[in-house]
Amino acid sequence: MDFVARFGRFWLDVLERLGRAHLFLARTLGAIGSLIPRFGLLVRQLHAVGVMTLSIVLVSGLFVGMVLALQGYYLLEGFGAEAALGQAVALTLVRELGPVVTGLLFAGRAGSAMTAEIGLMKATEQLSGLEMMAVDPFKRVYAPRFFAGFLALPMLAAMFSAVGVVGGYLVGVEVLGVDAGAYWSNMQSSVAFLDDVVQGLIKACVFGFVVSWIAIFEGTDCIPTSEGVSAATTRTVVYSSLAVLGLDFVLTAIMF
Amino acid sequence: MNSRLTEILVGLFMLLFLGAMLFLAMRVSNLTGLGSSGGYTLVAEFENVGGLKSGAPVSASGVRVGQVESIAYIPEDFAAKVTLKVEAEFVDAFPEDTTASIYTAGLLGEQYIGLEAGAEDIALIDGDEITLTQSAIVLERLIGQVLFSRSGAE
Amino acid sequence: MRVTGFWRRWSWGYVDAIETLAGTDGAKSLFMNSMSDKTNVVDDPLVCVRDLHFTRGSKPIFRGLDFDVPRGQVTTILGPSGTGKTTLLKMIGGQLKPLRGTVSVDGQDVARLSRRDLYALRKRMGMLFQSGALLTDLSVFENVAFPLREHTSLPESLISHLVLMRLHAVGLRGARDLYPAELSGGMARRAALARALVFDPMMIMYDEPFTGQDPISMGVLLTLIRTVNQALGLTSLMVSHDLAEALSISDYVVIISEGVVVETGTPDELKNSESAWTRQFLSGSPDGPVPFQLSAPDYAEELLSGDRR
Repeated sequence: MDFVARFGRFWLDVLERLGRAHLFLARTLGAIGSLIPRFGLLVRQLHAVGVMTLSIVLVSGLFVGMVLALQGYYLLEGFGAEAALGQAVALTLVRELGPVVTGLLFAGRAGSAMTAEIGLMKATEQLSGLEMMAVDPFKRVYAPRFFAGFLALPMLAAMFSAVGVVGGYLVGVEVLGVDAGAYWSNMQSSVAFLDDVVQGLIKACVFGFVVSWIAIFEGTDCIPTSEGVSAATTRTVVYSSLAVLGLDFVLTAIMF
Repeated sequence: MNSRLTEILVGLFMLLFLGAMLFLAMRVSNLTGLGSSGGYTLVAEFENVGGLKSGAPVSASGVRVGQVESIAYIPEDFAAKVTLKVEAEFVDAFPEDTTASIYTAGLLGEQYIGLEAGAEDIALIDGDEITLTQSAIVLERLIGQVLFSRSGAE
Repeated sequence: MRVTGFWRRWSWGYVDAIETLAGTDGAKSLFMNSMSDKTNVVDDPLVCVRDLHFTRGSKPIFRGLDFDVPRGQVTTILGPSGTGKTTLLKMIGGQLKPLRGTVSVDGQDVARLSRRDLYALRKRMGMLFQSGALLTDLSVFENVAFPLREHTSLPESLISHLVLMRLHAVGLRGARDLYPAELSGGMARRAALARALVFDPMMIMYDEPFTGQDPISMGVLLTLIRTVNQALGLTSLMVSHDLAEALSISDYVVIISEGVVVETGTPDELKNSESAWTRQFLSGSPDGPVPFQLSAPDYAEELLSGDRR
């Protein structure tokens, strides 16, 4: 009996948290209009989540593209279809790995940082302080971060894919000797801008939305102690990684 | 916390993003043909387009001259209508009796449309239909035909 | 049994409150005699707290608080740790809503204000948090300027004047370009005081201003609180458990324990209080009406039944 009760309590807690998360999201979205007079805040947050994540995204993109070319080459070589390497690399990157890997990296780098920052602001009473100064934290703290995350992730995903294609070129053409013309022309004829590139970016937008939401909500919802903040940071990384992978499946099933 | 530096970095970030988008649009996927000012469209009906996709190349004598813009099914004719976009520099290059065929690049490669010029004097212009078409070779059907003719011969 | 757990969640703890009210409580009846003959009401108060109830989870925090904060004076709310003194300040600031009862500031019921009115009211209140609550990504100058920049579009030269005046008043004009991480705890509180003062509020609330301060910064803060109160003619409300310091600068003291007001009065009145509890609290004796031992089963009995755990 006690077990059943605990199980029920667990789900009630989950539901309550979900409800709070959605109320939080609604208020954050409602505060987005206030970003126009505070454009500087958005720029500062784009720096914090975008520019700071750029290097890790570019380096990973390069390596992922190189590995894809290596693996793809050995696979395609078996069919005598090395010429299709360009399209294999580009489609994998643009449709899947670009948005997904960037989403995971973003969750680990920018998402955890957002949670930790907001959690610390809560623990050091800065959020309460803002409210007591009649400043709405939704307008001042959450909305700029949320919107910056939502914008930055698709941008980073596009850069990831672009760098990955270059990485694939370096390994496939320069090292393994695939014909450069075949690499590019095969890629061009099989990658459609709207169906592949734009759809990939839509995925990345969804990931940006969800990861930022989770990161900021976990920050505001944490227990305001050092342990609470570190637990919330871990939760952000775990939940948003799971959300990225799960949503990727759903979106792929819907879009392609 | 130099806000000037932050602004510059964010500006560079934006430029990098635009560069990446340009690269993805122009180099990775071929957006040049799509909606570009030059060029003209031709229509061709095929009984079967096989695995042809929009964006596939259109070539003449192995040289790329355009790309497939859209593919639609026409129920009245039981056929597929393919819209081709031919680049502007090939205006007046294809006579009225040009043949359009669907080929496969290699055994497993992408399918593309090959144009073979005919002998007429009047050239195809924007919106014209190529009447002489040859459908894609469907491997399964080919195999089926071979098997059928063999069993018939026995 | 668990059904009540569900309802508790949705009824915001009304059940708890009713349960607590129904049960007789030794502590409360202990305080009753000291409350009966004396009224907590003052003339023309700035803050009025009436019949305030609040619970956190299933734990009751306030069980019918009644007191007033007089205008233009330094009022201190004293009480043992964990009596919800910070919670009380948050209710006055409208960050928490009471379960029952009212908190009104300058005649306005805080819990019933719309968000816009509440924000308008908050602009007239300053609050000094225990940690200072300075924004870590802004310098001291920008922190003090922050409320001005958020709420006004004053020209930069005027903002600079206003900020430097406040920083000079708390003695931190030389620290204007430092970041909060570079400040000591006492300096952070002074900077936060400058920020709280920047809008010329009618009232300032201090949350445990003396905790963890060395004697010198303690003295600085004491002087500041007193002089700011006199010079600017504002109302100060302080929450503390540092007795000697708090009493030395207070005009009026409210003692809270176990969710009710034990006694109110001037520091001198309280020192000569008839209540044994107040005297124990003020002298800090380890035993008295508040027993040293928490209520537990009989000691001898528990030792002799050795296999209990």
